[in-house]
Amino acid sequence: MTEPAFFDEMTLADGAVRPAYKELSDWLTSTPAEQFRLKRREADILFRRLGITFAVYGEGGDPERLIPFDVIPRVLSALEWAYMQKGLEQRVRTLNAFIWDIYHDQEILKAGVVPEALILKNSSYLPEMQGVDPPGGIYSHISGIDMVRVGENDFYVLEDNCRTPSGVSYMLENREVMMRLFPALFSQHRVAPVDEYGDYLVQTLRECAPRHVEGEATVAILTPGIFNSAYFEHSFLADQMGVELVEGQDLFVEGESVFMRTTQGPKQVDVIYRRIDDAFIDPLTFNPESALGVPGLMNVYRAGRITLANGVGAGIADDKAVYTYVPAMVKFYLGEEPILKNVPTYRCADQDSLAYVLDNLAELVVKEVHGSGGYGMLVGPKASQAEREAYAARIKADPSDFIAQPTLALSTCPTHVEEGVAPRHVDFRPFVLSSGASIRMVKGGLTRVALKSGSLVVNSSQGGGTKDTWVLEE
Amino acid sequence: MLSRTANNIYWLSRYMERAENLARILEVADRMSKMPNLEGEGHYSEWRSAMIISGCEPLFEESGLPADAVAIVDFIARSEENPSSIYCCIQAARENGRAVRTKLTTEMWETLNDTWLGLEQRWNDAKRRGEIRAFLDWVKERSTLFRGTLYGTMLRDEAYYFSRLGTFLERADNTARILDVKYHVLLPEGEDVGGGVDHYQWMTVLRAVSALRSYHYLYRENPKPWKIAELLVLRREMPRSLISCMGEIVANLEGLAEQYGGRSPSHRLAGKMFSELKFTSAEEVFQGGLHEFLTKFISRNNRLGEDITRDYMFTG
Repeated sequence: MTEPAFFDEMTLADGAVRPAYKELSDWLTSTPAEQFRLKRREADILFRRLGITFAVYGEGGDPERLIPFDVIPRVLSALEWAYMQKGLEQRVRTLNAFIWDIYHDQEILKAGVVPEALILKNSSYLPEMQGVDPPGGIYSHISGIDMVRVGENDFYVLEDNCRTPSGVSYMLENREVMMRLFPALFSQHRVAPVDEYGDYLVQTLRECAPRHVEGEATVAILTPGIFNSAYFEHSFLADQMGVELVEGQDLFVEGESVFMRTTQGPKQVDVIYRRIDDAFIDPLTFNPESALGVPGLMNVYRAGRITLANGVGAGIADDKAVYTYVPAMVKFYLGEEPILKNVPTYRCADQDSLAYVLDNLAELVVKEVHGSGGYGMLVGPKASQAEREAYAARIKADPSDFIAQPTLALSTCPTHVEEGVAPRHVDFRPFVLSSGASIRMVKGGLTRVALKSGSLVVNSSQGGGTKDTWVLEE
Repeated sequence: MLSRTANNIYWLSRYMERAENLARILEVADRMSKMPNLEGEGHYSEWRSAMIISGCEPLFEESGLPADAVAIVDFIARSEENPSSIYCCIQAARENGRAVRTKLTTEMWETLNDTWLGLEQRWNDAKRRGEIRAFLDWVKERSTLFRGTLYGTMLRDEAYYFSRLGTFLERADNTARILDVKYHVLLPEGEDVGGGVDHYQWMTVLRAVSALRSYHYLYRENPKPWKIAELLVLRREMPRSLISCMGEIVANLEGLAEQYGGRSPSHRLAGKMFSELKFTSAEEVFQGGLHEFLTKFISRNNRLGEDITRDYMFTG
C-alpha cells in the first residue's frame, strides 16, 4: 500500500508555498529550531500562570494539565474563511430549524426525509420538550461545527456539536499567548481579531431573553464547579462577558422565576448559559441524583420564563446518524443547495451499509452515534486484526449504534515537534452564535492537531494539541 | 454579587493574610531560637508560643511529632495535616480564588497562582539550604504583592470591600493573639523591660508586626511593655494595631452600605468596637487587665466576622 498523499496547507506537492503561508514559511526557515523550543517553554509558563488548564481528576498525576500548545499558527486565507462562514451560517440555521421542527410539527418526518424511528426512538430525543417554545425559537445558540480539509477546495463537516461545544477559550487564549510570544509576526500578517467573541456571545444571549424581560436581561453561566474539566473555560467566558458564574447551589426557583443568591438577597436571572448536560439540569425532571442542577428549572423553562442556552433537547442534532441527513435538511428547510459537504457516511442501521462496513473495516473509521471526544471509535487502518474483530462484534450486536466513514486524508500543517518542524494532521472547530435575529462568528476557531506522526486523532483526551488559527484579512 | 462569591473572596484575603502572619510568627521564633543566652526551656518556649499564637498546639500534640524546632517549623509552615499551616492557607487561598476567578483581576490571579505554583519549590530550596528565613521572607513578600496588586488593580466595589474585610478581621485577630501570648511577662506600668531575654522578647513582638522602627520613632525611648501594648492596640498610625484594623473594617462596611443603600446589623457591632477603642486610654486597658481585654476583643472580633458572613453571605 502506498502512503496516501496528504494535502499540506503550507507546501504543495510540487514544493510551492501556498500564498497564505508565504510570510510564515519565510519565518519558519529563518528561525532556528532552538527558538521554537524556547518559545514553547515560555508558552507553557504563560498558560500555567494564567491557569489555563484542563482538569483530569482521578487518573493520578497532576490534576491540572496543560493541553499541548503548538507555537506555529495555522493560516487561512480571507477567501477560504468567506466560503466557510457562508456554509456554517447555512448549516447552523438549518440545524436550529430542524430541532424546532422535531419538537413541534415534525414536518421533516412526515415528509419522509428523515426516518421517524431514527428520531423518536433516539435517546437524545427528549419527549419532555415536545411543544415547548424556547425564546427566540433557538435551540443551539452556540454551535461548534467540526471541519476537516482534504484538498485545496475540499472542506468537509465531520460532526455538528449543538449541545455544549467547548474549546472556545483555547481559541481566545491561544491568540493571547501568540501575541505575547511573537508580536513581530503579527505585524507582518493581517490577522483578523477574535477577541470580540465575548461581546458577541453576551449579545446573542441577551437577544434570546424571554419575552417578558424589559431592559437588559440578566445572564449567568451555570458550571458544574471547579472540578469540571472545562471549569477554566466557564470562568473565562464569565469574565469575558462580565456575567456571574453560578453553580447549581447558587440558583433557586421560586414561583415562575429563577433567582441567584446574592449579597443583597435574591436576584432574578433571565438567561442561563449552562455548561451542564440536559440530564443533570433539573433533578425533578431528569436525573434525580443530580446535585449540579436546579430543582424546578424545567418548569420555568417550559413556561418560557427563562432561556437556557443551549436549549434542552438540542442533542438530537449531534447524533452521528442524524448528521447524515443534514444536507437533505438544508434543502428541506431553506430550499438551498448545501454549501458545506458531509463526509460520506455509512449508517450501519442499513443492511447494505452494514455488510459493506463489516467487509471493509480496515479502510474505515467507525464511530458510535452518540459518542464524542474520540472515545469508543475504531480507526480501521491503524487497528490490529484483533481490535477490528472485537469491534465488528460490537457493531453486529447493535448496528444502529454505529456509523462508518472512509478514513479521510486530513490536511497537515507545519507543527513544532521533537524532531523539529514537521507536518501534522489538523481539524478545525469554528464557533457559530445564533439568536433568532442574527448569526455571529469571529474569524477564527480552534485548530486541533494530532502531535503524533501519522496520527489522525486530534482530541485532547487522546494526545492532541491546539494551535492558534489565523484568518487573514483581505 | 453572588453570596458564594463574596464568601470566597473574603476567605481568599483572610487566608493570604493568615499565611503572612504565620510567617511573621515563625520568623520571630526563629530569631529567638538563635539567641545565644537562652537557657534550658527558653528555646522550646519560643516555639511553643508560636504554636499557641497560631492556634495549632492541640493538633501538634495529637500528631505525636517530636517537640523540637524542626518538627514545629514543618508543622506550621508545610504540614498538610495542619489546616492552619502556611501551605494549607495558601492552598485554601488559591482554591477560593480559583472558584471566583472572574472577580479577580488578571494580576491578582497571576500573583495568587504563581504563589501556589512556587510554594513547593521555595520550601524545598529553603529546607535544603537550611535557610527557613528565606522561605518566610518569600511568603511575606508574596502576601504583600498580592495585597498590593489587589489594592492597585481591583475595582472599588463590593468584591473589594469583602476582600478588605477579610484582611483586616484576620489581621486584628493576629495582632491581638501575638500580644496576648506575651501578656504574662508584662511588667508593671512605667518600668523598663527586665534582663536581656525579656527585652529581646518584647523587641520581637514589635518585629513580628513590623513596628520596631515605628516604636522608636513614636516613643523615642526603650521598649516598655505597656507602651508597646498601647502602640498595638490604640495607635491609629500603626497599620497593624487593633484600632487601625477596626477603622478599616468600619470604612469597608461603609463602602458596602453606600453601594447597597443600607446598613446591616454587623455595622453596629463594628462601629461600637471602633469607638470603644477610640475612647479608651491605655490606662483603662491595663486596669482591667490586658489579657482580659484581648480575650474579649478576640471573641468580639470573631463574632463580627460571623455577623458579616451572616448578613451578606447567608451562610449562617
